[in-house]
Order: sequence, then C-alpha cells, then structure tokens
Amino acid sequence: MKKEKSFSPQHALYIRKVKRETCLVWVMRVAILVFAISLWELLAQLDVIDTFISSCPSKILLTIKSLWLENNLLYHMSITLYETLVGFLIAVGLGYLIALLLWWSERLRRILEPYIVVLNSLPKIALGPIIIVWCGSGSKAIIFMAVLIGIIVAIITMLNGFLATDKNKILLLKSMGANKFQILFKLVIPGSLPTLISMLKISVGMAWVGSIMGEYLVSRAGLGYLIVYGGQVFKLDLVMASTVVLCVLAALMYALVALLERFIIKYK
Amino acid sequence: MKKLLELKNVSLTYHTLTDEICAVKGLSFNCAEGEFISIIGPSGCGKTTILSLIAGLLEPTSGTIIIDGDKKPSCNNLGYMLQKDQLFPWRTIEKNVFLPLEVKRTNNETNRKFALELLDKYGLGEFKKYYPDQLSGGMRQRVALIRTLVSDPKILLLDEPFSALDSQTRLSVGDDVYKIIKAEQKTAVLVTHDISEAISMSDKIIVLTARPALVKSIFKPNLKGESPLRKRESPEFGKWFEKIWKELHV
Repeated sequence: MKKEKSFSPQHALYIRKVKRETCLVWVMRVAILVFAISLWELLAQLDVIDTFISSCPSKILLTIKSLWLENNLLYHMSITLYETLVGFLIAVGLGYLIALLLWWSERLRRILEPYIVVLNSLPKIALGPIIIVWCGSGSKAIIFMAVLIGIIVAIITMLNGFLATDKNKILLLKSMGANKFQILFKLVIPGSLPTLISMLKISVGMAWVGSIMGEYLVSRAGLGYLIVYGGQVFKLDLVMASTVVLCVLAALMYALVALLERFIIKYK
Repeated sequence: MKKLLELKNVSLTYHTLTDEICAVKGLSFNCAEGEFISIIGPSGCGKTTILSLIAGLLEPTSGTIIIDGDKKPSCNNLGYMLQKDQLFPWRTIEKNVFLPLEVKRTNNETNRKFALELLDKYGLGEFKKYYPDQLSGGMRQRVALIRTLVSDPKILLLDEPFSALDSQTRLSVGDDVYKIIKAEQKTAVLVTHDISEAISMSDKIIVLTARPALVKSIFKPNLKGESPLRKRESPEFGKWFEKIWKELHV
C-alpha cells in the first residue's frame, strides 16, 4: 500500500548512503576507462609498445576524424547500421510469429523440435558460402546472415516464455469460458512481455554478430569491412577506430531497448 | 429448498501411458440453493478434479452433473476461485475485476458499474487503480473473490482458496469471504483439507474416501453464530472436529 508519509532523519541518511554508493560506482566506471586509455597512450608515447601493432588512443581519434572528414565514416556506419537493424527487425518479428505458432500447436512444436535443436547448434557461419551463392555479395547476404543468426535464439527464448505461462491462470480463464484466442491475447502475450524484452536484448547482440560476420565474408563497405580491410593491410589504427565506433553503436542500440523496457513494463 | 447442483453417479478415469487411474467413481451428492457445502478428504483423493468436473473443464467418463436444471455445465453459472489469487500483475485491480466481463463479452457500462460497486462495498474501492503487487495477500484474495462475483454466477467453486495465506490472515480472510458470499446470497462449494475451516464455514460437509473418490459420510454441523469466527467459539465445535477427524482417519 502506498501512502504519503513523512520520513525520519535516519531515512535521509539512508538515502544519502545509497546515493553515495551509486555515485562511487559511476566514478569507478569512468576511472577504469580513463585509466586504461591513459595507460595505453602513455605506453605508446614512451615507445614501450609498438603502435604499428597495437595502435593508440590518439591515433584512433585521428583516424576517426580523418574518416569523418573524408565522409567515409558516416557511409560505412549507415551501411552496417542498416544491415543490423533490418536483420534485427526481421529476426525478432519472424521469430516472435513462429514462436506463437509453435505455442499454438503442440503437434507442430513436436514435429519441428529436432529441426530447431539442430539449427540452434549449427554454427551459422558455416552457411556463409551457401548464402553468397544464393544472395550474392551485397547487403542482402549480410542481412540474411544476421537473420539466420538471430532468429533461432529469438524463437527459442520466446517459445519458452509463452510456455512458462502459469497453468492455473490458464485454468482460471478457461473456467470463465475463454477460448484459445482470448487466452493468447489476455494472458500469454501480456504475461510474456518481460521475456520479449530479454529476447530483444539478446537479439541486439545477435544482430551485430550477424552483420559483422556477414561483412567479414562478403562486403565492400561497412564497419566490418573496414575492420577486415584494416587487418589485411596492417592498418591497426583503422581496425581499432572501427571497433570503437562499433562499440558505441551497439551500446546505443542496447540502451534503446532498455528504454523501451521502461515504457512497456509499468507494473512493479 | 431447490437443488441447484446435482451430481449423479459421476465417474472419471484418467489415462497415462503406463496407467489408467480412476479418480472418481460413482460420486453422487447435491447442493441446495444458498447452501455452503465443503468437500473434505484425504490428500490426493481428487477433490480438485471434482471441482473441474462441476466447472465443465473436465468431461465425466460417465454420470451426469446438473446445474440449475441444466445438464451441460456452463461457465455463465459458475465462478471459480483458485488456491492463489491468480490476479494478473500487469492489470490494475479494476482491470483484473473486469476480466470475466471481457472474456464473456459483457464488458458494458452497467456491468462495469456493478463490478466497481462490489469493490466499493467490500472496502477495495480506493485501491482500484493499484497493481496487485501493492496489496496484501488478504486483500488480493478478496479481489479474487470479487472477480468471480462480477459475472453474477449462481455457484461459487472455491478450491482451497485460503491455503496460500498465513494462519492469521487465513482466519480473517475466511471470515470476510464467508460474509461476502452470504451477503451476495451465493451457493458455494468449498474444497479444503482443513477440518476446522470446513466446520466453521459450511452448512454441509461431504467427507470423501481415498481415491477413487466416493462419498463416505455427510455431516450438517449447524453451529450457532453468524460468522466462521463466532462458530469457532461454539461449544460443539470441538465435538464436530473430533467426529470428522475420526471419520477421515478410520
């Protein structure tokens, strides 16, 4: 029960303690980053480490800047982002629908179970050559790879979420005379929203794996392409710079899903 | 008094791959309008199965169940209350209470108003915008009862509705639920394994045998006092307890 209440001075102390702890955690997080970058830069400047092999923060920044000025960065970023997002949306949407179908029909679930198990344990990268033959070497192949890597996990996670619906709640709805559609829309779908959120979080990671893998295999553009290209011509600055940009993009996408979670899950 | 619920020679057999289990065999009893009956028996004797049969969730292998003269159980006559409150955590209290209306497609202004009146009447009106997690166990159980009442069923089926509560809350919620059921003039079938709960709440107690469930004996305690808590104070309470205890453990 929630009611307006006045608090004692001890409570204020308690709040301050909690806030101080959170503050400390953030300071330490930033400190680790700053320390690692500074140490890296320092060792590079003192010639302790070879920047030809390990690059260094200042060079990474310069590379990002020059990429930006040549108008290449935005181009490569947008290509990878496009492939990742499309792959993510298809994997998540199709995965959700297939999971719904499998929840709906126990028979279908039993029939398809071995296929899903095999597809789940198969390293999807092994299908690379087949994908290139089928889809060519453009964005289509990369999106296909991203979907392939993401969809199985999306299906399995979502299906487990649907199947975990409380049997007694189903019984309750049945006692009210509910049909299967009503059970689905009133109970199974809203009840599995937390699973949907964790499925989205996993799928963000999977989509990035898929698109970068795909670019390693076939592409002529994109961040994955820059990384592979940089590695082949031994330009570690380019490899590191692309990786940093990738990190930032992936973190942003994850943050978006986390934000979505706050909008969707209102109870608790 | 008019017979509202009648079980005639009802049997039910379950099948598993390795076995065939006869859960209920030739069960017959009836329940008059406005009566509060309890079904009590050794654990695993198929008490819940009997409620599922009455609710029409299971089809009897043989025999008939007649509710209000109707041979086919219909969800419109029944309200089912389960062990835990089973409120949906993502719905507010009022939305939870509207659930049966939505399912039965009777979610109109009049029925919603009736539901809100019930919440008000039993002291939950100010919590209607709350989520279930913000309420205590006893309050949640009362909401669950109101949810079964909103579609105005003739018979309430209560499947050990207090077993998930601690013993203090259990007594007071039992008292509340009894008063609400009596105030709304409902017929109730309570399944329990708690002898004192059965004695304090019911007009009629049906003692079942171990599986396959059969009626072993029927008691009518008829204790004085207008509420379960008062009835517990009655001098005959102990005698009835002993009688039923012996009956269950012979």
